[in-house]
Amino acid sequence: MTTATLPAPTASATTRPATSSQTTAKPTALRRTGWAIRSEWIKFWTVRSTSVTLIAAGLATIAFGMIFSAVADSDAAAGPAAFLSNPVDVALGGVGLAEMIIGVVGVLVVAGEYSTGLIRTTFAAVGSRSRVIASKAVVVGASVFAIGTAAAAGAVVLGQAVYAGNEATVALSEVLDVVFGTGIYLTGIALIGIALGFILRSTAGGIGTLVGGVFIGPNLLNLLPDSITDVFLKYLPSEAGSAMMSQVSTSDQLSTGTALGVFAAWVIGLLGVAAILVQRRDA
Amino acid sequence: MIEVTNLTKAYGETLAVDNLSFTVQPGIVTGFLGPNGAGKSTSMRMILGLDAPTSGTATVGGRNLADHALPLSSLGFLLEAGAVHPSRSAYDHLRALAVTNGISTARVDHVLDLVGLGDVAKRRSGGFSLGMGQRLGIAAALLGDPEVVMLDEPVNGLDPEGILWIRHLLQDLAKEGRTVFVSSHLMSEMELMAEHFVIIGQGRLIEDVSADDLRAMAAGETTQVRSDQIDDLVALMRGDEVEITSQERGVVRVAGLTSTEIGVLARDNDIALASLVPERRSLEEVFMALTHDSVQYHGGTHTELAA
Repeated sequence: MTTATLPAPTASATTRPATSSQTTAKPTALRRTGWAIRSEWIKFWTVRSTSVTLIAAGLATIAFGMIFSAVADSDAAAGPAAFLSNPVDVALGGVGLAEMIIGVVGVLVVAGEYSTGLIRTTFAAVGSRSRVIASKAVVVGASVFAIGTAAAAGAVVLGQAVYAGNEATVALSEVLDVVFGTGIYLTGIALIGIALGFILRSTAGGIGTLVGGVFIGPNLLNLLPDSITDVFLKYLPSEAGSAMMSQVSTSDQLSTGTALGVFAAWVIGLLGVAAILVQRRDA
Repeated sequence: MIEVTNLTKAYGETLAVDNLSFTVQPGIVTGFLGPNGAGKSTSMRMILGLDAPTSGTATVGGRNLADHALPLSSLGFLLEAGAVHPSRSAYDHLRALAVTNGISTARVDHVLDLVGLGDVAKRRSGGFSLGMGQRLGIAAALLGDPEVVMLDEPVNGLDPEGILWIRHLLQDLAKEGRTVFVSSHLMSEMELMAEHFVIIGQGRLIEDVSADDLRAMAAGETTQVRSDQIDDLVALMRGDEVEITSQERGVVRVAGLTSTEIGVLARDNDIALASLVPERRSLEEVFMALTHDSVQYHGGTHTELAA
């Protein structure tokens, strides 16, 4: 490395006297929120661990969708693929992986700033902590929604092209609700990741809680008797999410509209808890 | 101007900051000194509005920092030099910070050149040395062309050339009429830089004093006298308040008389002096003496180690 030698810094400090810097008009709260969003946009797309990972998650969704579709057993009832009862669900099989990666990206965007101490700089510079939370949610949410929806659409179209199963394939225009449902679900998972990052302030804690609470926890609860789990299992974010994403609702799932509301309540509720805790705690 | 009034921060039973009041004036560099754990960083976090005071207030230009429309123009700060994502470049880091206050990328380039990081700005900051990290932190503090500059331990990790540079930088900023508030746990780093000192220990104010007054506290404690007629002089100097010690022949160290008094005494009695040297304590020694009681962890002495 050649970092040892530095050019001699300029001696003079600044360009203008201190007194002249406050003459510009006071920016509005809306303007400052716009600035904060631009800042988070720059931060998100200038670090590989978040930006490249998100794109990789999108590509993985498409790739796994094509693989699952290409090898789909003509006799769906013969194996585990029985759960995937139609070509669209098969093509979206990669979402199960993408949701974990995207949730982790959400955690990293926040917990990464806590681990370096950058979050303090961000809070002090932006001035409002809720504005910081909102800006991160907007940037990550918009990026994930765009990439997640595009990936779902790509997985459906390309999956259909290579589909090897028995059932008739469907056109993208017929399953737009599922495609957008997938985009919304992935966006919500990313926002839950952000909320957990702010609540737990640690990468390990955030990822652990996300994976354990959102992805693995519901499967463990499945071991309980149906009489118990039937009551509340469908209200968990992952279950409400699958109800949003699947083309055919089963009897133990919420309807698509209800599922959307339940899922949104989780996301908004967790972000709300994050906002309250962040406001109350020392940074 | 930074105003701290009856500022207190309690963590359970422990008072990290204990009823601290002081004002940091514009136009000069003010050193914020105290041993490790004295409450300097906690105070600075409260000035930044990051930690909520248990009681008391800390304002910048008369208001809480969060109430300023452009925080980075009101207060430029350095808290931790490592507070940068290691895989983000210095340029992108500053660009993201600048835009939160509507600051242009031209200003980003300017502060990068100012701290001497212009050539490495596009490299990932994770590869930076400690000193380069400090320079990046100082660049961030200067982004908003702020009226108040507050730096927590900025000299940490800088080489001698870097220390000299930051001294001139901060003094130039003060000359421009800005308020400059710099913390350190080492008086030796601060004594050439600061015109005023706020010294704290265990969260409490010990001294709020100008550099001149602190030097006055350091001066005139003892005088070293050398003379061929030292025995005659010692006989004349003896008194209740006077303490005379001798380490070598012909030389004594005198406390309780000023060097002027000793000189007059020698002249009046026709005693020739070889030398008459007023001894000053260094500011470091004064600082150590002031904060001695509040140091949390004392190192053991050699004798204790041997025992």
